[in-house]
Amino acid sequence: MPLYIARRLFGMLVVMLIVLTVVFVIVRIAPGDPAALILGPDATPEDAIELREKMGLNRPIIVQYFSFMTQIASGDLGRSLFFDTPVTTLLYQRAEPTIFLTLFSLLIAVSIAIPIGIYAAYRRGSFFDQSALSLAMLAAAIPSFWTGLLFQQYIAAGTGWFPVSGYGGPDANFFERMWHLILPAIVLGVVNSALILRFTRASMLDVLADDYIRTARSKGMSERRVVLRHALKNALIPIVTIVGLTLALLISGAVVTERVFNLPGIGSLVVGAVLRRDYPTIQGTLIIVAGLYVMVNFLVDMLYLAIDPRVKY
Amino acid sequence: MKVLKGLIAAATLASMMTGTAFAAQNVVNVAIVGEPDTMDPMMSTKDVVSIVTQHFYETLFTFNSKFEVVPLLAETMPTISDDGKSYSISIRQGITFHDGSTMDAHDVADSLNRWVKTASRGKGVADKIDSISASDDFTVMIKMNTAYSPLLSLLAFSNSAAVVYPQENIGEDISAVVGTGPYKLEAHKPDQYIQLVKFDNYVSRDEPSDGGSGARTQSMDEIRFIPVPDSNTRVEGILSGQFDFADGLPVEAIKRLEASDKAEPMVLRPFGWPIFAFNHKDGLNTNLHIRLAVQAALNEDDMLFAAFGDDAFFVTDGPLYPEGWFWRTDAGASAYNVHDADAAAGHLKAAGYDGTPLRILTSHQYEFHFKLAEVAKVNLEAAGFKVKLDVVDWATLGQRRNNPELWDIYITHSPFIAEPALNSMYSPTSRLGWKDAEKEAILAEFTSVSDPEQRKVLFSKLQEKVFEQVPFIKIGGFNALLGKSSKLNGVTKTPWPFFWNATIDD
Repeated sequence: MPLYIARRLFGMLVVMLIVLTVVFVIVRIAPGDPAALILGPDATPEDAIELREKMGLNRPIIVQYFSFMTQIASGDLGRSLFFDTPVTTLLYQRAEPTIFLTLFSLLIAVSIAIPIGIYAAYRRGSFFDQSALSLAMLAAAIPSFWTGLLFQQYIAAGTGWFPVSGYGGPDANFFERMWHLILPAIVLGVVNSALILRFTRASMLDVLADDYIRTARSKGMSERRVVLRHALKNALIPIVTIVGLTLALLISGAVVTERVFNLPGIGSLVVGAVLRRDYPTIQGTLIIVAGLYVMVNFLVDMLYLAIDPRVKY
Repeated sequence: MKVLKGLIAAATLASMMTGTAFAAQNVVNVAIVGEPDTMDPMMSTKDVVSIVTQHFYETLFTFNSKFEVVPLLAETMPTISDDGKSYSISIRQGITFHDGSTMDAHDVADSLNRWVKTASRGKGVADKIDSISASDDFTVMIKMNTAYSPLLSLLAFSNSAAVVYPQENIGEDISAVVGTGPYKLEAHKPDQYIQLVKFDNYVSRDEPSDGGSGARTQSMDEIRFIPVPDSNTRVEGILSGQFDFADGLPVEAIKRLEASDKAEPMVLRPFGWPIFAFNHKDGLNTNLHIRLAVQAALNEDDMLFAAFGDDAFFVTDGPLYPEGWFWRTDAGASAYNVHDADAAAGHLKAAGYDGTPLRILTSHQYEFHFKLAEVAKVNLEAAGFKVKLDVVDWATLGQRRNNPELWDIYITHSPFIAEPALNSMYSPTSRLGWKDAEKEAILAEFTSVSDPEQRKVLFSKLQEKVFEQVPFIKIGGFNALLGKSSKLNGVTKTPWPFFWNATIDD
């Protein structure tokens, strides 16, 4: 077990080093000039060259790479070219909406998907099962930006119950800020429930066909006990895996929803940074997101130990 | 009963949570198209920077509703020497910066010196300025080596603006956002809001408000700029009442705004002009006949219809200034919108065109740019051109257009600017690189004489040159759609809206 953890941690380190290099290279080979963007349309090419020089973007690429790796090794993600603020500060400022949006939408996704997935598997082939599958397909197929726009038009603007966009003004308290997350969380939660639902159903179907379930039933055990205690427990590993992956995807995948609802989260930050070619912010955000992704995967693997005593590392 | 109670509680909670409940009193919420790139207006020529920063930074002069230059921080219009080379500017006394210090001529002189060193528009005039200095505590002297009549317009413009900072904040970067404007920066959460609050020690001018000039009444306690990059989100926000003003709305939204009881459309007519900018430094367009062929081939009417869809939002109009403007002239404009493929083919033959693709650089950042390019491609191919559309994102376009090897035409747009000389495309040192001895002579005279009627005649000659030499093509005029709350008053229609005179009905 300790050896396994050490191996996994080493693997994570290697993955992160590769991520760092790939992110640095991709960001640098992409065309586009942050200096020209900051200066605006009427600035001359000479103005852009001058600003690039000032921002250190004219240094040789290899010098920039080593400077970047040294910075990262000392825990410094650099300074945003656009906001002139440390990237760590920006990430800290943007973390709250993203974390709560992720948690709310995951809660919604799990609350919808797992009960329906279990029941659909239990009533395999029934009208309920077919309907659940069709709706899951539909939810997965509809792009979240479109659902978001419909929610804005018909629910937020239509009823006035929810804000259309944003995360509240300077005087918004925590509760008000959370209220801004309700509609985007529903949009994200519904979309992500589709995959969890299908995995739950498939996993339950496998388990419900096992011999020990037949044995449990033949012993006269109640259906509720058979399904929830015996079947679900053994079906949990793939479900936990997919919930973990969904969590990781939500951290990085709320980009479109954050953009549509104008939430100042990490997704919006990275989209804005890409459009502005704010290299340090793109790099810093992707590194943190990749790190979280790797960490969530590791934690899910560790969770298997608690769920299934057969799993040994 | 429990269900009913629950529903009532939920409804109460929901009504508490609506936009109106969130909005603090006496605040105007303004949705802007994105986060300003900087809070230093000297550093950027972007409109969104001007829109925000003009509330806390002020210039010596500004424009009134007739686009005449009038004093703002200057006491009066300057005394100009007979040879036009010396400007003596009296500064208003008793003006306080947001940090409590008092503005004097030394702050102004240092700010203007930074402007000529760092601002794009300032650098454009730097070679004509010998010195800027404070001749006493409330007088600034600008000494020129040549007469330059657009100087006051440049000093009045809010774009790459010659604003005044406290002397101690001036360096390569500005150390704090401290100006003299009617509102001061209270808080800035990037991509979330820019909160401006009323500056209690503001000393307004006494003249009646007129355009950007005159009294600035500070009717609202706060102005909040909210960056909302998605135009549909801006539309829903203004319709729901979450925003009091929304900039840059898609033209399709006009019917919904007209039907709304909370919001109404504001059409800025005219807003500006789409431009096909030609590369004179490298490639196909260094040949005059190729440029003339493009001019002859285009059907601007079709292009504008494709781009804007509704003729309430565009006008097929060739002269460089719209109807009713001082600079309006028809000189040379008969070459506009001719859509003559045979004439274009003739020019191509005269140019010895060998089928090299004409590269049009554009992006989807402004969808109308892309639509204009698509129709132009069809027109140009009908005339015998091979055309390559290089459709890239805005950041890439910004980079590529600075390299003359990478493009033949790029598409941009501009608002109509009160002073023609502020349009950099006439200049031989712009990225277009339009060089022509006769044009330089006209331009030199245009920027040195000060008599308006004489300048008008010279501008007419300059416009004629534009149609003869095709340094760029004005595709037409277009209008912009903005949205405002039905309760919001006192907002002037301008490409750079300001809110110091805004009020909101109870």
